[in-house]
Amino acid sequence: MVMPMPFSTEDLSIYYGEFQAIKNISMGFPAASVTALIGPSGCGKSTFLRSLNRMNDEIAGSRSTGHIWMDGIDLTASGTDVIKLRQRIGMVWQRPNPFYKSIYENIAFGPRYYGIKNRKQLDEIVETSLRRAALWDEVKDRLKESALALSGGQQQRLCIARALSVNPQILLLDEPASALDPVSTGKIEELITELKKDLRIVIVTHNMQQAARVSDYTAYFYLGTLVEHGETDQIFTNPEKNSTQEYIMGRFG
Amino acid sequence: MEHSKVTPREAQRRRLPLEKHRIEDWIGRIYTSVCVVFLIATIVSIVYFVTSKGVATFAVNGVGIMDFLFGTRWAPDASPPAFGAMPAIAGSFLVTLLAALIASPLSIAAALFMTEIVPTFGKRILQPAIELLSGIPSVVYGFIGLTLIVPFLRDHVGGQGIGVGAGALVLSIMILPTITSVAADALANLQRGQREASYALGATRWQTIYRVVLPTVLPALLTGIVLGMARAFGEALAVQMVIGNAPFIPTSLLESASTLTSIITLGMGNTAMNSIQNNALWSMALVLMLMTFVFIMIIRLLERRNRI
Repeated sequence: MVMPMPFSTEDLSIYYGEFQAIKNISMGFPAASVTALIGPSGCGKSTFLRSLNRMNDEIAGSRSTGHIWMDGIDLTASGTDVIKLRQRIGMVWQRPNPFYKSIYENIAFGPRYYGIKNRKQLDEIVETSLRRAALWDEVKDRLKESALALSGGQQQRLCIARALSVNPQILLLDEPASALDPVSTGKIEELITELKKDLRIVIVTHNMQQAARVSDYTAYFYLGTLVEHGETDQIFTNPEKNSTQEYIMGRFG
Repeated sequence: MEHSKVTPREAQRRRLPLEKHRIEDWIGRIYTSVCVVFLIATIVSIVYFVTSKGVATFAVNGVGIMDFLFGTRWAPDASPPAFGAMPAIAGSFLVTLLAALIASPLSIAAALFMTEIVPTFGKRILQPAIELLSGIPSVVYGFIGLTLIVPFLRDHVGGQGIGVGAGALVLSIMILPTITSVAADALANLQRGQREASYALGATRWQTIYRVVLPTVLPALLTGIVLGMARAFGEALAVQMVIGNAPFIPTSLLESASTLTSIITLGMGNTAMNSIQNNALWSMALVLMLMTFVFIMIIRLLERRNRI
């Protein structure tokens, strides 16, 4: 397990004021794989996920110690360009949050920030991103329509396409399917399996079956600590710790 | 099976508590209905009264509607009298638009500061303070304008100080809190996900405000501006105190002018009921009322758009 990886945390702690939400977590995220973060509500897994692209910076009173390494760069260093960092690490939330704009503008939004003005180039990015999010066929004739007219599942795939539009290397998913119906959930899961070929994905989920289905590695969080981290098969069939087994079996949480 | 043994009399007794509830229910219903009928009757009679009085100028006194709306000479006591309301209409629109132009950018920037830059301090201290400001009576604003703004304009800009510019400034200060609090509410109610999504794509705070926050809440911001304009358009006292009240279409911001409201407040004590002079004032009131309806309709339309 312990080998140098281009994306990992080292001794990472997150505080909200006096409260320590994350306690000295060191873990790596292998390339071309899905890592699932599981654990009962309030265990810190979402906080941990949000810290990876420094979205916690936006929450008043939060601070961190330790390191997040990406390609040998410490993302937690004070001089880090958070803007550039977030271009490389995309994020999708539990509730679909498309902008109040057209489908096209939702996708073109990010690339425009990075100075792409050429219409043809933008068209291309929009199509590629929507194709990668398996949404293109459903929306290609209505790109100018409001994104809010889409169904919940489509909106969530649009949000994934939007995150992909700036070509990130890492995708953070915060319970991306928990607000969706089973069919939409299935589509999102298929999409995750497809996307991991050229991305590394970190997903927070409350759904054990989902973690087992989509992830290669699973990390079990409890009260801000990383209890166990390993290959998903091993965590689900033969966990080392008792509390991991109890949580997975649904005995608490 | 107990039920079968109950006599009709017993049944009557058992139903009594229920009857009491029903009476209460009816009392409540009648009371609220009476209040609503009273309210509707009041509104309808006001609209009817203002309309009938306002129309009398044209129907009874024979003043031409076009002469009234577009006539530029207001001289009700001259012989023959002239009832051109254009100077007042123009004055009203001018001070309202100017006030909105001055107040809107300030208010929206203030609302952005309160909600985006210092949200905690903004919500706890700034917003209640701004709401307090909107409760200050207009005569106080007018008094402040007369005491501070008019002398300042006279000494540093020129003219007599009183005039369109002073009126617009006083009104803009008056409507600042209105626009600010509507804008701040709209910004605070914007879903957090909208901002997060923008930040997560690598947008800066300024880009997020400019490209996501403002366009999304634009209808609500416009609602705030129109609300402020409605307030400015209908304001009488504060404007009348600083605008100078000369019945001419002003050619400069430092020139004295008048508004529909200021002519009504100044003239109403000096005219006899049912005289042509009095009816002409009612016609002005009618114009004011219709304009207020227009403002309210615009707000309704914006709110409908906002819901999408």
